[in-house]
Amino acid sequence: MAAPFIEIKNVSKIFKNQSKEFKVLKDINLEIQKGDIFGIIGFSGAGKSTLIRCINRLETVSSGTIRMGNYEIDKLSKKEMNLYRQKIGIIFQHFNLFDSRTVFGNVAFPLEVAGKSKQKIEKKVTEILDLVNISDKKDFYPGQLSGGQKQRVGIARALANNPDILLSDEATSALDPVTSLSVLDVLKDINKKLGLTIILITHSLDVIKYTCNNMAVLENGLIAEKGSVREIFANPSSETTKVFIKNNSDLAKVDYLVGGEGI
Amino acid sequence: MKEFLAQVFSVEVWEYVLPATWQTIYMTAISTTITITFGLLFGVLLYVTDKDGLHPMPIFNKVFGAIINSVLSLPSMIVVIIFLPLSKFIVGVSYGPKAFIVSLAIVCIPIFSRLVENSILEVSKGKVEAAKAMGASNWDIILKVMLPESLPTLIRNFVVLTITLISITAIAGSFGAGGLGELAVRFGYNRYRTDILVAVIIVLLVGVEFLQLFGAFISKKILKKRHLV
Repeated sequence: MAAPFIEIKNVSKIFKNQSKEFKVLKDINLEIQKGDIFGIIGFSGAGKSTLIRCINRLETVSSGTIRMGNYEIDKLSKKEMNLYRQKIGIIFQHFNLFDSRTVFGNVAFPLEVAGKSKQKIEKKVTEILDLVNISDKKDFYPGQLSGGQKQRVGIARALANNPDILLSDEATSALDPVTSLSVLDVLKDINKKLGLTIILITHSLDVIKYTCNNMAVLENGLIAEKGSVREIFANPSSETTKVFIKNNSDLAKVDYLVGGEGI
Repeated sequence: MKEFLAQVFSVEVWEYVLPATWQTIYMTAISTTITITFGLLFGVLLYVTDKDGLHPMPIFNKVFGAIINSVLSLPSMIVVIIFLPLSKFIVGVSYGPKAFIVSLAIVCIPIFSRLVENSILEVSKGKVEAAKAMGASNWDIILKVMLPESLPTLIRNFVVLTITLISITAIAGSFGAGGLGELAVRFGYNRYRTDILVAVIIVLLVGVEFLQLFGAFISKKILKKRHLV
């Protein structure tokens, strides 16, 4: 197998308060292959968001290294870092679209920031809006869009600079189940069409089941287990995974109702 | 009563009031322009250098914030007097509307700086994070995200500023700045010319009300365009 595209080695992250230290990530090791859809699941506070923020360096790691392609990301200067970040798209739970800009303007933003010419921006934005099926809303403001449409715009914006990876930070958690699926379909679709590597964090097993090839389970800042989605579902070894799978099963509710130990 | 109203709207009264109105507008307009320029700059600076800002400079931020607060905490009347010599140094005269422009701006810059800072702070952290994650520089974030996103609030605060400025021109009026304030003191108070006082009040009420409505209208128009109301 080729060298992994993203390599996270012995990464720890400690947040310091005046008196206390919080070890949010403890010695994380992960390898993610190019073109993979990799899911990271965990309860709230497990450190998922921190991990993803370390990958695009919105947070710096306390120790360990993260490498993406040829970038050793903790050694980047400020200027290199902005270039590196343009190679990473991110979408958010609450979309974080700019209300002052139209759909077109939102998708154009990363291109403007990267210093692209007007014609290039126009061409690229049109192309991407087509890709995520939202061209008809080009001149709308985010305030006029539904959640699903907003997230499509978020995806389009994240793709504008032809990133190497796309990070998804609970991107479907604020959406209803049907819309959620349609957004995940968009992700799967661009993964296939563009060969884009996607890292997806979520607290929903359904999302992982539906979308990912490989996964890791995060538990109090530690990786409880990692491997292919199929393996882990078939043979969960950690407590967290078992809880997730149990709650995910349709039988959990039945167990609970008949007085067994459910949820 | 009828006679009194006729007196209020008589040519004689308005021969005093109109020129004074112009002086007030003149002082307010120029001081506002100066205040907006520096207030925007300082407000952004306060936001950027905050310990959670885009470019944290905690010591500078503390010192700068303390200077802003110290001017804020003094009564505006005193600030106007303190900075008159500076005003004289810059514009060359120490009486009349021109002389007070600098003083008025100095009273208002700290107020507007804090208003700008607060408006910018209202923009959600997620948007800043998104912009950062897309590789935007701090300049991009300020010019393309923070200011446009907070524009409706900025406009409302701008109106608050202008109205504050008008009321401070009245204070400056009692030190020889001219304008409606001076008229109210010299005629309305010292010479018991209630008719002139009432005319001044009418002008101020109408002017401030107009500004308020105009600001609210523009702000609302932007929000409507963005479909946020």
